[in-house]
Order: sequence, then structure tokens, then C-alpha cells
Amino acid sequence: MWRARLLLLVIVAVPAVVVVAVVAAVAGGAVPALATAVVLLVTTAFVGAALHGRYRSWRYAERDEDLLIQRGLMFRRLSVVPYGRMQFVDVTAGPVERVFRLATVQLHTAAAATDARVPGLDRAEAERLRDRLASLGEARAAGL
Amino acid sequence: MVVGLRQVGSHGRQPLWIDGAAVGFALLAGLISWLVTRWRIHNGELQVETGLLRRQSVRLPLTRLQAVDVVRPLLGRVLGLAEVRVVVAGHGSSRTRLAYLSDERADSVRAQLLALAHGLDATTPTAPERPIVTVSGSRIVAAALLSTPVLLVLLAVVAAIAVTVVEPRAGFAALGVLGPVALTIGLGVARHIGAEWEFALAESPDGLRLRAGLLQTRAETIPLARLQAVRVLEPLLWRPLGWVRLEIDIARRRDHDRAEHESTTTTRALLPVGPPDLAHWLVKRLLPGATVDQPAHSRAPLRAFLRAPLMHHHLAAWHDTRYVACVTGRLRRATVVVPLAKAQSFRWVQGPVLRRLRLATVHVDTAGRHFPGTALLRPADEAAAWVTDLPVLARAARRGVDGIHQL
Repeated sequence: MWRARLLLLVIVAVPAVVVVAVVAAVAGGAVPALATAVVLLVTTAFVGAALHGRYRSWRYAERDEDLLIQRGLMFRRLSVVPYGRMQFVDVTAGPVERVFRLATVQLHTAAAATDARVPGLDRAEAERLRDRLASLGEARAAGL
Repeated sequence: MVVGLRQVGSHGRQPLWIDGAAVGFALLAGLISWLVTRWRIHNGELQVETGLLRRQSVRLPLTRLQAVDVVRPLLGRVLGLAEVRVVVAGHGSSRTRLAYLSDERADSVRAQLLALAHGLDATTPTAPERPIVTVSGSRIVAAALLSTPVLLVLLAVVAAIAVTVVEPRAGFAALGVLGPVALTIGLGVARHIGAEWEFALAESPDGLRLRAGLLQTRAETIPLARLQAVRVLEPLLWRPLGWVRLEIDIARRRDHDRAEHESTTTTRALLPVGPPDLAHWLVKRLLPGATVDQPAHSRAPLRAFLRAPLMHHHLAAWHDTRYVACVTGRLRRATVVVPLAKAQSFRWVQGPVLRRLRLATVHVDTAGRHFPGTALLRPADEAAAWVTDLPVLARAARRGVDGIHQL
């Protein structure tokens, strides 16, 4: 998934850098143009590294009774969702994900605060996960 | 609506017949709605049909009945009418309201619905209630006045008067600004008092019955099976008098209309104001085996002071095999008890600052919308142990109550 996002970032950033550099060159001369270009490139590199870190750190584990999802480098979060508490599972794919044939799986429980999402899964894997979660959820369903 | 029309037409001279027409239209709409609404109790269901142009027919199976409430708005009390609200599991929309039957009829319908829901004969009278808690009106008033907004408004008014004495013009300007603010807060306080006046809680075979109200009275049943969390509040201003407030969080359907929303915000209180031992007794009655007293070693460690200095003296959390309890709050101490059988998911969060301090926060998510269980700033190893143990305990607790398919 990070590759997808990184590619998008590069596609957007490079023309922007070029345009800004050209404008700065026209307006101020060679030195400001170079400085602006350097600054923008460095920023892009940072954002790219952050994206890489973010998506690399996203992990999930299907255990016997619940699903574990861990994400984040700076703000580490771990979500535990018991299968019996799952209300429904949906698989969505935004435009970026569709281009790369990826999908996001999200679990919903009765609590609004549950944030159990796994983005950037391969589409086949996402559907396998959804089917497995749906059957496990049914098997262990509990009422409210 | 009539007032609105009058305002709109206040520029020119408003002929009287427009006002009359607006009133007449409203009356006619009400009359039509009353005429086309038909309901009956038949075959173990409550069947309600409404609507003139688009007929809606609702059938509520009485076996899934959760609560039958009788609400008497002010005008209804004057005219001797009441409204019966029926709450059925999985269907909490406004259609299930039988508007404005006579008082005795409303009570008899309620008795009939409850008898049928329990599978008894329709003519069984309601079992008597046993009152357990009453809160007098004067105590409600005192508690409502001892709240932070009221205190702030009073201080502001006193300050404004003091300024007026010294510098009249500025003082009058300040009072002019304070006027609407004080009025709004006063109205809010009055509505709060009116909703909880003469609060009485009674125990009956179908759960806890709650009666309250000054102008509009309501008699509600608390569906205990849908209880998600319980909270005990100890505001700073009530500390000298030794009062606490007990609130409960019940899972309701997401779409509810305005009137139900108003009653939800005040229905939450199961003990609007009272002594702590009464609140603890109620908590034990709602959640058997729960304790609100803090055991030792449950307080947040000293290093949590660096992250939350104002809250540190209150922060605590503990759990046993059936409940998780978390204490938070700056001036107002809030103890939330969540039954593990109702926990929906668990989240462990640790930001960079907390990682340095070797702390973490554990959230216990519930289906209720008002107060989640948040164990803030626990030692990191304890938080890790909680995230491992609590799901297992929750599953065991869920299996303990399984067999009763709770809706």
C-alpha cells in the first residue's frame, strides 16, 4: 500500500516542484529557484518516509477468538476485536487502491469507537479475510 | 408555527385571518393524524396504522417488548390525557407512540401490554412496585443550582454589579451581555429541574421503574438487559454535601427524534443526587458483584503526573473477572464501571511521550454513546497484561450470560 501512496505522492510532487522552481526562477533568479526546489524535494522525501513507515507498521493477526490489529510508529495502537462482537465486515477500495488492485477491510461492532481497519490488502486476500471473519463472527455471535 | 408566521408577516399589517388560518391548519393536521391512527392489540402483537396519504402499518411482537412508558405532558396533565410509548427490541422509532389516551386507559393498556409480553392473560393487573429510591424536589433544585455554569453566571453577575458601582456605563454594558447568557443557563437549569423533579425509583417484576417530572411527568422502565456502562459522578461543588450522581448508559437505536433525545439525556441518571452509599448500593443492584471502592495499587503511577497533572490525583483503574472500572476527571471525579460481558472491543494506545514514560492507555469500547471506559496512563506492562487478559475474561463473561438471547 505504501508503494501506491508513494507513487501517487511522487506523481503529484515532481510536477509541482518543477512548476514552483520555474516560477521562482522567473520571479527571482536562479538561486531562489534552487533553494525552493531543494526545500520541496526534502519535504517530499520526508513525507515519503513517513508514509513508508506508516504502512509498513500496519499488521493484523487472526487469533482463535479475536482479531488483533496493530498500527503506527509514533502513536502505536493495538485493537482487539472479539469475533463474537463483530456486526459486519466491509471491503472497500478507493480510487488509488482500485488502480493497484488493493482493498481495505473494516470491521464494525456496536461501538462507534472501534477502529479496526486494514488498508492496502491484496484484493483476493481482503475477500478471504472478510469471508473468514464473517463466518467466525456468525459462529460466535453474542447479543447486545 | 403560529408564532413563526406572525413574525414573518410583521413587516406589513398582518390580516387576522392568516393567524386564524395557521391555527386552524395546525388543529386540522392534529385532528387528521388522530383520526387516521388506528391501533389494536391482536394475536400477541401491537398493530399500529398511521398516515393519511401514505399508510404505514407497524406490527410489534410483544414478546420482544422491552419497555412501556407513560408520559404525561403538561397540557395532557391538565386535560387528563397521557401518551403510551412502547419500546421494542430493535425498533425504537417514533411510530410506536399511542398518543393521548385518557389516564386510566393508558394505565390499563400498559398493564395489558406487559401481561401479554410476559405470556400471562391480558387481564392480569400490573404487579405492585416496591419503591427503593426517592429524591425530593428541594434536593434536586439544590443540586441543579450547585453546578458550574450557575456558579460562573452568579460570579459574573456579581462582578458586573461591582463594575457598575464603579463605572456605570461599562457595568450596564456587561450586564446587558450577561442577561441573555444568564437566561439561557437559567432555562437549562429549569428544564433539568423539571425533568427530574420528585425522582422516584421502584423495583417491579419487569425491572426498574423510574418516575420523575414537574410539568411533564414520565414513568419509564429501565431495560437493564441493555445496560452498557454505569458512571458515578462526584462534582467538586457537591463534595462538601457528600452528594454523588449515578448515570447509566443504555444502547439505543441511532435514529431517534427530538423528544426522545431530550428524555435520553435526563433518563441517564438513575440517582440524580444522593449519598454515596445509596449510589454504591444501586451499582451493586445493577451490576451484581461490582465494587466502586478503589482497591490498593489501582491508582496511576507517579510518572503519570508529567502527562496529566490536573487529573493525576483521580486516575485509577482496576478490573476483576466480570467488570472493569476506570476513574478519571479533573475537578469532577467520574468512576465508570463497564461489565466485561458488554465490552465490544479493546484498544491500547501509546504515543511517543507515553512510551518514554513507560505508560499506555487502554480503552474499553461499549455500545453506549456517552461514557466509554478509559483506563488512562497505566504502567506499560500492566496495560499489556490487560490487553491480553481482558478479551479472554470478556469471552468467559459473555458465555456466562449466553443462553439468554439478549436483544
